[in-house]
Amino acid sequence: MAQPTIKEVLLNPIVHNNPIGLQILGVCSALAVTSNLKTALVMAIALTLVTGCSNLFISMVRHQIPSSIRMIVQMVIIASLVIVVDQILRAYAFSLAKQLSVFVGLIITNCIVMGRAEAFAMANPPVLSFFDGIGNGLGYSAMLIILGVIRELFGAGKLLGFEIIPVVNDGGWYVPNGLLLLPPSAFFLIGLIIWGLRSWKTEQAEAPSYKMAPQVQNKEAY
Amino acid sequence: MSSQKESTARTLLVALVVCLVCSVFVAGAAVALKPIQIDNRQLDKQRSILAIAGLGEAGLSGKQVKALFAERIRMRVVDLQSGRFTDAQDAATFDPLKAAKDPQLSDALPGEQDIASIKRRERFSTVYLVETDGKLDTLILPVRGYGLWSTLHGFLAVKGDLNTVAGFGFYQHAETPGLGGEVDNPKWKALWPGKTLFDEQGAPAVQIIKGTVDPQSPQASHQVDGLAGATLTSKGVHNLLQFWLGRSGFGPFIANLRAGEA
Repeated sequence: MAQPTIKEVLLNPIVHNNPIGLQILGVCSALAVTSNLKTALVMAIALTLVTGCSNLFISMVRHQIPSSIRMIVQMVIIASLVIVVDQILRAYAFSLAKQLSVFVGLIITNCIVMGRAEAFAMANPPVLSFFDGIGNGLGYSAMLIILGVIRELFGAGKLLGFEIIPVVNDGGWYVPNGLLLLPPSAFFLIGLIIWGLRSWKTEQAEAPSYKMAPQVQNKEAY
Repeated sequence: MSSQKESTARTLLVALVVCLVCSVFVAGAAVALKPIQIDNRQLDKQRSILAIAGLGEAGLSGKQVKALFAERIRMRVVDLQSGRFTDAQDAATFDPLKAAKDPQLSDALPGEQDIASIKRRERFSTVYLVETDGKLDTLILPVRGYGLWSTLHGFLAVKGDLNTVAGFGFYQHAETPGLGGEVDNPKWKALWPGKTLFDEQGAPAVQIIKGTVDPQSPQASHQVDGLAGATLTSKGVHNLLQFWLGRSGFGPFIANLRAGEA
């Protein structure tokens, strides 16, 4: 396998190898924070930074980590970074931290961070790993921003809190779709996006893991 | 190399070093940022108190908020049991929410009294007074109660007659955005000022009703429209008002204040 370049690891995860679209990681937090664009953006930035930095640090000490405790060491490093990010948000972006509440803490359990640490940072040099983390963070960010825009625009008629479509409650004409503000709607949207992505880039479609044999006789059912 | 790396002693050493470095890092960040965080929390509260009282505009800077708060708002601690001002606690440092968790400073509420679902009620609470020439302009009461998902924390501002609402709003909650979260909608909050809280007997009469208030109804001055699609949040807000204005809440204090005996 040829050594990947910085450009590759940075840009590939955005469309070709999107963490949510192809790897189906980090879906849970994508449901939770995308009901408006602002929280989605902050979450995207926080996760991108954490993934980048955790990849950097883990890659730096990768030769020292005994394989028997490698997961827990990764976890400790990730958790420390997340706590620091949370503290910084609380100090400098208090109202946002209030809205994101528990979700920043939950970056620790976001599979993207752990997945990249285990799959990439343990095997590659620090700088490359850093950019791989940032790249995957950007892939996640791209998905979050798409979801945030759709959900806030059609769910509340606003973008970043500014009114775009005047809604009925405020004397406009648009009846907002309340479902879009609830987490399940993000499921539908992610599903549609993955469908679109895989129809466009057919190589992303997974091979079926099993094939149903045809049922030839009714007798087989008994 | 690899066998040495995997040895037990080496594993323990790596674990120890990683833990040490990380804990220093985390503790350092937490300690260094703590003053700013406490400041933020206080500022956020002061900002919402000023907004409820109708003082100052939205875009004030942190410094302006603090100055205005210090100039206009007087904090006093109230003994909820007797309904009188007390100096047993220092108003500047007393935290009613912390007190509500402290068995020394709070009482568990029996089920039938606990209509706001707050479980424990503090014995003392901080109220905020806006005065002009020594006369009470606005009284701001902290209220809280359970909605659908979360405890709603807010402030109720009452005019000098101790009956008319001057403002009402929440500074912290986690209700569904767009449904229960509409308690933050300025249009809904605008329904509150001018409503009256008590009936002639002095019992809490303010209500949140389903649908739209009929302006012809004799009860209309006590009634506010419920939030569409947020029955449980509306009910929670209704209950918390009943609780905090009632006998277990600020009821005795408001009665005393009205009689001039607080």
